[in-house]
Amino acid sequence: MKQFIFFIRKEFFHLWRDKKTLFILFGLPVAQILIFGFALTNEVKNTRIAILDNSKDETTNAIIRQLNASRYFDIVRDIKSDHELEAAFREGKIRMAVVFPTQFQYLLLHTNRAAVQLVTDATDPNVANTLANYATAIVMDYQSSMKGHQDLPYTINTELRMLYNPQMKGSYNFVPGVMAMVLMLVCAMMTSISIVREKEMGTMEVILVSPIVPIRVVIAKMVPYFLLSAVNIASILLLSFYVLEVPIQGNLALLVGECLFFTITVLALGLLISSVADSQQTAMLISLMGLFLPTIMLSGFMFPVENMPVPLQVVSNLVPAKWFYYIVKGIMIKGLGFEFVWKETLILAGMTLFFMVVSIRKFKTRLE
Amino acid sequence: MKSVIVNGVQKSFKANKGSVQALKEISFDVEQGELFGLIGPDGAGKTTLFRILTTLMIADSGSASVDGFDVVKDFKAIRKRVGYMPGRFSLYQDLSVEENLSFFATLFDTTIEENYDLVKDIYIQIEKFKHRKAGALSGGMKQKLALCCALIHKPSVLFLDEPTTGVDAVSRQEFWELLRQLQKQNITIVVSTPYMDEASLCDRVALIQQGSLLDIDTPKGIMNKLGKPLWSVRASDMYVLMKELKSMYEVFSCYPFGQEHHVIFHNDGQSILEIETALKKKGIADAQFKRTEPTIEDSFMKLMNK
Repeated sequence: MKQFIFFIRKEFFHLWRDKKTLFILFGLPVAQILIFGFALTNEVKNTRIAILDNSKDETTNAIIRQLNASRYFDIVRDIKSDHELEAAFREGKIRMAVVFPTQFQYLLLHTNRAAVQLVTDATDPNVANTLANYATAIVMDYQSSMKGHQDLPYTINTELRMLYNPQMKGSYNFVPGVMAMVLMLVCAMMTSISIVREKEMGTMEVILVSPIVPIRVVIAKMVPYFLLSAVNIASILLLSFYVLEVPIQGNLALLVGECLFFTITVLALGLLISSVADSQQTAMLISLMGLFLPTIMLSGFMFPVENMPVPLQVVSNLVPAKWFYYIVKGIMIKGLGFEFVWKETLILAGMTLFFMVVSIRKFKTRLE
Repeated sequence: MKSVIVNGVQKSFKANKGSVQALKEISFDVEQGELFGLIGPDGAGKTTLFRILTTLMIADSGSASVDGFDVVKDFKAIRKRVGYMPGRFSLYQDLSVEENLSFFATLFDTTIEENYDLVKDIYIQIEKFKHRKAGALSGGMKQKLALCCALIHKPSVLFLDEPTTGVDAVSRQEFWELLRQLQKQNITIVVSTPYMDEASLCDRVALIQQGSLLDIDTPKGIMNKLGKPLWSVRASDMYVLMKELKSMYEVFSCYPFGQEHHVIFHNDGQSILEIETALKKKGIADAQFKRTEPTIEDSFMKLMNK
């Protein structure tokens, strides 16, 4: 035991003396949370739009006021002709235009039928779609308030409720994803690199020619990274709660417990990589290609798993991050208890055990 | 009692096409308390042999034992009792001198204090740098630290793979003096080196070349094996001199040796005057022959030419 503590102390020395890496390891989660929270957002806010009002009556004015009041849109200017409209789109000054035909109010009141044209810049189809949806919603909203006092038969109103995330905040989605990514990077990549470094530097050769069971030295390497990950988990949770205002619906202790448990899974994965790789570059490449990419692509964090082709859906089951993502999303955002995530936790436990056993069996007691 | 016994050890490695035989039927043994040198150029198979003896590799065939333990079956027992210093610097560059030493002491479940008297003579020389990072030490200091680390658990056999490669001449000499001191503590030392001049400092040496042992003997024995008197020769144009000498039928062998050429004659150099005149005829007027004492390297050259 005294021996083991000494080895852990040595690993702390290694980690502590490499100030640059240490800075990256602590700074990385903070940077990622802030970048994802503020810069890389697919929410639409304050989009510049133009209005071409050929009618200029009470109703159009009311609708324009509502559009302007929404935080999604900024009305840049009034446009007087189709020609001007086209020019504004081409210059990229606006992303959407709302066109009212002449005699809008007259048509609405007398024929019960009036059309608003929404013109969007569809170079980015997703944004265009979102904008059109928002605008339609605002127009519909006005319409229902208008006829609120009349009892028209046979009207079907759709009412949408956004469960768990009523404000449709993107940050709800990526906090669990960033957590998985950071743990992959800190634990799997850094531990595998630090183990392989011993092989590369030749110190492993000396350690092998000693009575110690070499796997003990290796396990001692995981302790500092485990603690480092705990600090990172805390900073991610604090940042997302206080800065990005993502609520933690479920049990905090359960959430932290699951995060720490996943850390162990990832550490085991790092150990597995180190037993295969024999240079730091190989270890890094395997971690990046074999862990990092699947974590981003297949965990459901960037792209929904349900939309993937079936073979990829099957493959995604092998990605530990997928299960972790599901667990964290469930606890943090939906407020689920352990009874709803125990199956996923069990899958992760199975994976961890498998990685541990394989890497310990594969661990070489000689050089070849 | 024999400390190290090597019996018919063979080892080959897969190369891109076919395989390379690193060790061919190597057999020798080392007495307890002996300072045994393994002398040979780079790529001769020294490191492979060390790795087999320190249980890091398994030989394709043949057997070996260290301190009476088989290197394959009883590898755990061997790992407890040998000290190993690999060819390249294998300590932690970002740990201080003291931290490195205590790490290796811990590895063997001992402490610096417990075996301090064994490493004292060496450690004193680097003690004033004990808070310095190992990476910032000079080459000679690094080797002394590595030796301390290999000794801290009081091994009965010490394997040193090219400990003086890349170390300056003064440090090399100091290092060999340290080995002599250690030998007095009844530690068997097996050391490899590419430097022929270091061979004479060993009790016995084995000359190794391309995976085969050329000879095993005391340094004196090996030098005497040359059998014929050795001549050294200098001239202003050394290149032409070598070419002409090699074409003469009286010359047994001729090879460059530092600033001179060393020459061995079939008739032991009795016709040296005739050779000088023959060289003069060919335009080399200033060839000066001198009798000289053979070194290990001369024997090595002779054995290699066989």
